[in-house]
Amino acid sequence: MKDSLGGVQTVLVLGGGSEIGLATARRLVADRTRTVILAGRDTEALRSGADELRRLGATRVEVMQFDALNRDSHQSFIDECWSTVGDIDLVLFAFGVLGDQDVAEHDSKEALRIIDSNFTGAVSLLIGSAERLKAQGHGSIVVLSSVAGERSRRSNFVYGASKAGLDAFSQGLGDSLIGTGVHVLIVRPGFVHTKMTEGLDAAPLSTTPEAVAEAIFDGIAKGREIVWVPAALRGVMSGLRHVPRPLFRRLPI
Amino acid sequence: MAKFKRGADSLLAGWGGTGATRAEVVHPLSEMGIAEILKQRPERGVIARGLGRAYGDAALNSGGIVLDATALSGVRNLDEENGVVTVAAGTSLEDLMRWLLPAGWFVPVTPGTRVVTVGGAIASDIHGKNHHADGTFGNHVLSMTLIDGTGTTRHLSPADTPKEFWATTGGMGLTGVITEATFRLIPVETSFMRVDTERASNLDDLMARMSDRDDEYRYSVAWIDCLATGKSMGRGILDRGEHALLSDLPANKRRNPLAFSSHAVVTAPPIFPSGLVNRWTVRAFNELWFRKTRSDHQGAIHSIGQFFHPLDLVTDWNRLYGSRGFVQYQFCVPFGAERAVQTAVERLSLSGAASFLAVLKRFGPANPGPLSFPQPGWTLALDIPVGDPGLSGLLDGLDDLVLDNGGSVYLAKDGRVRRGHLEGMYPRLNEWRETVATMNPDGVIQSDLARRLGL
Ligand SMILES: Cc1cc2nc3c(=O)[nH]c(=O)nc-3n(C[C@H](O)[C@H](O)[C@H](O)COP(=O)(O)OP(=O)(O)OC[C@H]3O[C@@H](n4cnc5c(N)ncnc54)[C@H](O)[C@@H]3O)c2cc1C
Ligand SMILES: NC(=O)c1ccc[n+]([C@@H]2O[C@H](COP(=O)([O-])OP(=O)(O)OC[C@H]3O[C@@H](n4cnc5c(N)ncnc54)[C@H](OP(=O)(O)O)[C@@H]3O)[C@@H](O)[C@H]2O)c1
Repeated sequence: MKDSLGGVQTVLVLGGGSEIGLATARRLVADRTRTVILAGRDTEALRSGADELRRLGATRVEVMQFDALNRDSHQSFIDECWSTVGDIDLVLFAFGVLGDQDVAEHDSKEALRIIDSNFTGAVSLLIGSAERLKAQGHGSIVVLSSVAGERSRRSNFVYGASKAGLDAFSQGLGDSLIGTGVHVLIVRPGFVHTKMTEGLDAAPLSTTPEAVAEAIFDGIAKGREIVWVPAALRGVMSGLRHVPRPLFRRLPI
Repeated sequence: MAKFKRGADSLLAGWGGTGATRAEVVHPLSEMGIAEILKQRPERGVIARGLGRAYGDAALNSGGIVLDATALSGVRNLDEENGVVTVAAGTSLEDLMRWLLPAGWFVPVTPGTRVVTVGGAIASDIHGKNHHADGTFGNHVLSMTLIDGTGTTRHLSPADTPKEFWATTGGMGLTGVITEATFRLIPVETSFMRVDTERASNLDDLMARMSDRDDEYRYSVAWIDCLATGKSMGRGILDRGEHALLSDLPANKRRNPLAFSSHAVVTAPPIFPSGLVNRWTVRAFNELWFRKTRSDHQGAIHSIGQFFHPLDLVTDWNRLYGSRGFVQYQFCVPFGAERAVQTAVERLSLSGAASFLAVLKRFGPANPGPLSFPQPGWTLALDIPVGDPGLSGLLDGLDDLVLDNGGSVYLAKDGRVRRGHLEGMYPRLNEWRETVATMNPDGVIQSDLARRLGL
């Protein structure tokens, strides 16, 4: 159960190897989260993250396997999560791929891998977990969207499109869950230094997984629906939204 | 014929307005209806809810059934000779005052609001300003009827079923649904209070005055201004009194000495911006409150409402805290741990966690209830608006302080204590759990508080 100040006891991290996901789990455990499920494709790779959370004070850390691309397995995976730990207060959607934009532009297989990982795979798991949370009558879903979904950019529009789809779906889902006790928080980070962005040139206002974790923690406690990380991006993006396309596509972003 | 009315799905919160969860509210039409619901063993269980005055998650059951216990109310028997009343558990103390005061009877214990049910009063084992003299509500209960987690009706009394009786008293509704209770009343000559008021310049002064002379009064409570710092940290007003005798009243009040008016004066509007209650508005309020008591005075005549339930004058005053809501923090520590009260007041004053008056009281002896909150010692209670990001850490720190000093936090006000702390605060928790296991063997009785604390 969440407590009356929004403190979370149990969290399921989808994308348990994600740097942002792990930073968020550490932040939650530093508060009062004691039960964590780290779920990812390669459970061996999740062990070190699990050990660290135990060291930080989590009393129960489970490692479970799922693949966003394997949609047929999603329902049984969700069922297993709930049957393993009981009520889950927070489901964190932290998996995702950046993909190879150059390949994706001419090879639909790569484009669809990006879309299926970030969007359709996520939709399948969003619906599955929302049903569970509705049945238990309480809980939060946190979705890692991205500024990239706010306006499609020449340089990474396949990833951008996947996040735009995810973001739009999550907004509607959040609205549909009003009155059910379930709350959806959409997180829109800019450039975050993680293995996903390793080797890329950092964009202005770049930030860290820890900063994203802190924003998520704060957003849950306050029951926010959307947070930008850093917060200044909100203003920047609302400006960029109105830049005419001929100009926008030539911007060096 | 239907024995209960299925209700709509509702988002429910405690009085503090935080952490709403969804549940199905069911209105039983009879005791049989309650038993029937329990026998159906709904998947996420059932909890009774009275008038929802518990601040946190005690009367919530996310995804399950919340049983509207106010559906069954009314006086079933009044033994005027012995001052003993039998009521349906959904009866409110307010109604009892309206019905019984004209006959010269008063409830044995009243909390700071009269808008609570008898069932809620027993489940939280509530205390009033007379705890040092009369104990808790549970101390005055002679017997009760409960439908346990299997749907079986049980008659409980301290003599015949002490384990079950005392597990239910203070058991936060987790042993079953109380349907009826028989308890002793206090005879009164008038519906007025004779009140002595003193101002104390700081916490030491206040506690000394209470220790010295509380025993001379049936009712005693102090209000502390938590925003006062420095030399006046913990300054407060001490109100102590007795039920006024007929001879205490001025002539104009003697004509109708048992008059009782329960009308609220105003209703707070439903929507208030969060942040309206902040340290500036609270400071101004506290200053006014402290100044209004210009000097000490003796023998003032107050109405029951003025003395016991000043907040009931504004219906739904909890809305003043805005949509984010507020929490109440109430703890007690044993005599000898005065330092801990001092430290708590210091930390709260310095943090500026805005609070209207904090309430300080001396508790008398404890009763046998394993989860009954009052222990001989001091209790401090205060409301704090949600919003300051440091609040959770501040209160976690106070939990540690309370635990280290052998004290506990009051579950009827709580929504945030951590599991690990509970066992230390209530050392007889396992004894209580063993009794509950016999009354609720399949876990059909469930609440969000029980889930959060792993009860
Ligand atoms: C302004 C204010 C002042 C207060 N002052 C005091 C005070 O001075 N002293 C004090 O002790 N408390 C005080 N309280 C707390 C209040 O007295 C308790 O929370 C009380 O339990 C509320 O009763 P209720 O009918 O509203 O119960 P609810 O809030 O609806 O429920 C409280 C608990 O009682 C259980 N319950 C309710 N009905 C039944 C039933 N029929 N059978 C079994 N379980 C049941 C519920 O399951 C829940 O666990 C105050 C609260 C407010 C809002
Ligand atoms: N980094 C940024 O700049 C940034 C900015 C905005 C939004 N985001 C979003 O934030 C989230 C977390 O990103 P991050 O930076 O923490 O990246 P990260 O460290 O690379 O983590 C991404 C995680 O997603 C997992 N994953 C990928 N495909 C999967 C699949 N099919 N099934 C299950 N898991 C899969 C990866 O698992 P494997 O280890 O098995 O590959 C990896 O653990 C992502 O949604 C990302 O799009 C990131």
